[in-house]
Amino acid sequence: MRELGRRSEAADPPFRKRGHASEASERVTAPGFEADDVPLVLIRRTGRRNDVTARCQHAASLGITVGMAATQARALVPDLDVRPHDIAADMQLLDRLALHAVRHWTPVASLSGNDGLWLDLTGVSHLHGGPERFCRHVVRFCARAGFTARVAIAATPGAAHAAARYGRSAKQVIPPGRTVDMLSLLPIAGLRLDEGARAACRRFGFETIGDLLPVARGPLVRRLGQAAVDRLDQALGRLAEPIVPVRDEAAPEVRRNLLEPIGTPEQIATVAGDLVEDLCALLGTRGLGLRTAVFHAERVDGEMRSVAVGTSRATRDPAHLNRLFALKLDRIDPGFGLEAFRLVASRTEPLAAMTPASLLAEDVRIRDVAALVDRIAGRVGERNVFRLAPAPNHVPERAQHRCDPLKTPGGFPDWKRPVRMLRRPERLHDVMALLPDHPPRRFTWRGRPYAVVAGDGPERIHGEWWRREGEVRGVRDYFRVEDAEGRRFWIFRRGDGLSPETGDLSWHMHGLFG
Amino acid sequence: MSSRVVTQPDPVPPMNLAQLREAIDMGAPGARDTLPFGCAPVDRRISGGGLAMNAVHEVVAASTSLSDDAAATLFLAGIGARFAEHFNAPILWAASRFDLYAPGLEQAGLLPASVIYAEASDDKSVLAIVEDALRDGTPAAVIGEVRSASLVATRRLQLAAGKAGQPVLLLRRWRKAEVDPLSAPSAAVTRWRIASASASPLPVAGVGRPRWRVELARQRGGEPHIWELEGCDARGRLAVPAPSRGRAGSAAGTAYRQVA
Repeated sequence: MRELGRRSEAADPPFRKRGHASEASERVTAPGFEADDVPLVLIRRTGRRNDVTARCQHAASLGITVGMAATQARALVPDLDVRPHDIAADMQLLDRLALHAVRHWTPVASLSGNDGLWLDLTGVSHLHGGPERFCRHVVRFCARAGFTARVAIAATPGAAHAAARYGRSAKQVIPPGRTVDMLSLLPIAGLRLDEGARAACRRFGFETIGDLLPVARGPLVRRLGQAAVDRLDQALGRLAEPIVPVRDEAAPEVRRNLLEPIGTPEQIATVAGDLVEDLCALLGTRGLGLRTAVFHAERVDGEMRSVAVGTSRATRDPAHLNRLFALKLDRIDPGFGLEAFRLVASRTEPLAAMTPASLLAEDVRIRDVAALVDRIAGRVGERNVFRLAPAPNHVPERAQHRCDPLKTPGGFPDWKRPVRMLRRPERLHDVMALLPDHPPRRFTWRGRPYAVVAGDGPERIHGEWWRREGEVRGVRDYFRVEDAEGRRFWIFRRGDGLSPETGDLSWHMHGLFG
Repeated sequence: MSSRVVTQPDPVPPMNLAQLREAIDMGAPGARDTLPFGCAPVDRRISGGGLAMNAVHEVVAASTSLSDDAAATLFLAGIGARFAEHFNAPILWAASRFDLYAPGLEQAGLLPASVIYAEASDDKSVLAIVEDALRDGTPAAVIGEVRSASLVATRRLQLAAGKAGQPVLLLRRWRKAEVDPLSAPSAAVTRWRIASASASPLPVAGVGRPRWRVELARQRGGEPHIWELEGCDARGRLAVPAPSRGRAGSAAGTAYRQVA
């Protein structure tokens, strides 16, 4: 390869471990770099000679460039540390980085060449505080991991690719309207051309991407090939270039493609049953249990229909999952037919091997309630299956709260309490009672008079002064009363009957004892 | 021929004869399929000596009064508590209008740890939940609060309950003041009507242990009956009121209470 002093050499891998190889394009002194380190290069066999594919900063300062023959590098620097370039290990590292990006930054991330990543930030950059902050975050993250990163955010993947590798600064955010201006300054190498097209560009004197823009398309295609022009269009956004995202393999997934589209509920249920079996087997081999599963059905017209089920506890019991899906499969609108199905375990938890229930009849009752909870939650919603647990609060209407049905709450204090509570206390009328602490002799509730024959009380309950201004001095005196016909009520009076600021002495019905 | 049969491994784990008999007994109706109230005068009148475990039982309040409704709820809670204790499993309580107060239920023996509640939007989904729970087989008993349940719906539940061996307790609430919920036909094995009655008299001022007028309005294979019983204690058990020591004593009690 000729050394022409042009910046048309291949880009350096930005995600390479410091110490083995480091960046030259960015004049950054990697921390820990010492001038008396042995200069290091990586070489790879191409054809019949060994080429330098990467070099450390020290080697770069000694005049070694990427693409130089290994023998020439050795001649330049006699004590050069030469190691073979392990591309497979590089790709593995990149894959791991892509997975990290999928899990933490954006759902759509993929490898870009063998030295970079594409992250689709559409609709996610605000989650990281805007594009600029996201750039800084990524660069910092990579520095912590031991890499020197260059980040460019642009409107198209091609433009971002070129800017990240050949742009002036390590962190660039290119607004959508400035893509052409930015690209025209960058060298041709930024366009991801193959070697033939690059050689042709050099021959015709095209150095920057801007040189290509005014040229008529016909001659350009004839001289550089259709692929090169497509690359240019992709970078400019004239041609779509979808990013095929890296899948997070941690989410187990099974798939069925059908020979012919199906549409009846029975057929869909059959496929769902098969997929559930497959998924449970897959989960079993990985030692995982399922918490959320999504069933995707792809229609012949390209639309996708999905239903999701959740479980309250990790499970891989096919019968249980089938029951949960059975409640929801009828929501899939088959349209003209469904031709492919996927079942993704989008949320899993570790689940060790289980002992199946004993065959003895006595054990039948001692079962996990999680299956029951899931089944009912599938019908009425997760929020409507609950237990009532004691809340640390002495005000009666706040003393119970709904909690997770899988928890086992403790008991309540032993005060006499009604079995049904009115949603709001109801005002009693025509109350006749001795103040300050006797139950009423008679009252009228919902238009009916009641004559009280016996009563217990008062049980004084103070307001929660830390909650509201109105409760600071508020007092309720609760009485349990029985009328002449044996009805038992829980009624209260606002105020303690002595000081007027504790309440207005109105009487209210709050609950019913059986 | 015999050698082949003998060398084949037994597909069923070995059980002794007594265990096998027990396993078969589980499915057959018999004395062990009922849960007695533990209150002899009541159990004597119920065919089978208690509430059948694989059947539907219906309970209604004797009137539209909310107090009777609360009594019926506590009656159910007591039964549920005893089933939960018997099977050592939680019960399921499905309702569409949720106004239960857990501290009150605990005082009828139903601990917070032994109930799971489900709130549904209408009667139809309450019945569906009850049926789901029966098919699942986990809960010790299933309680459903409904305003209306057709004969077909109760028959469905009865079949499911028979298959699951779990009791279903339906609390049928009043829809209109003039229509008794028990007037509608139902496949329930027993139907109860509960009213609250004057509490047991105390020698001091105050409200004594609640009493209910418990009416067994209909039962399969038995006669209707009415009792006056004392309400559930902290373990869900009913009791027969102690006989008063003559008229004078009870009159004195009432007078005392009226002074209070």
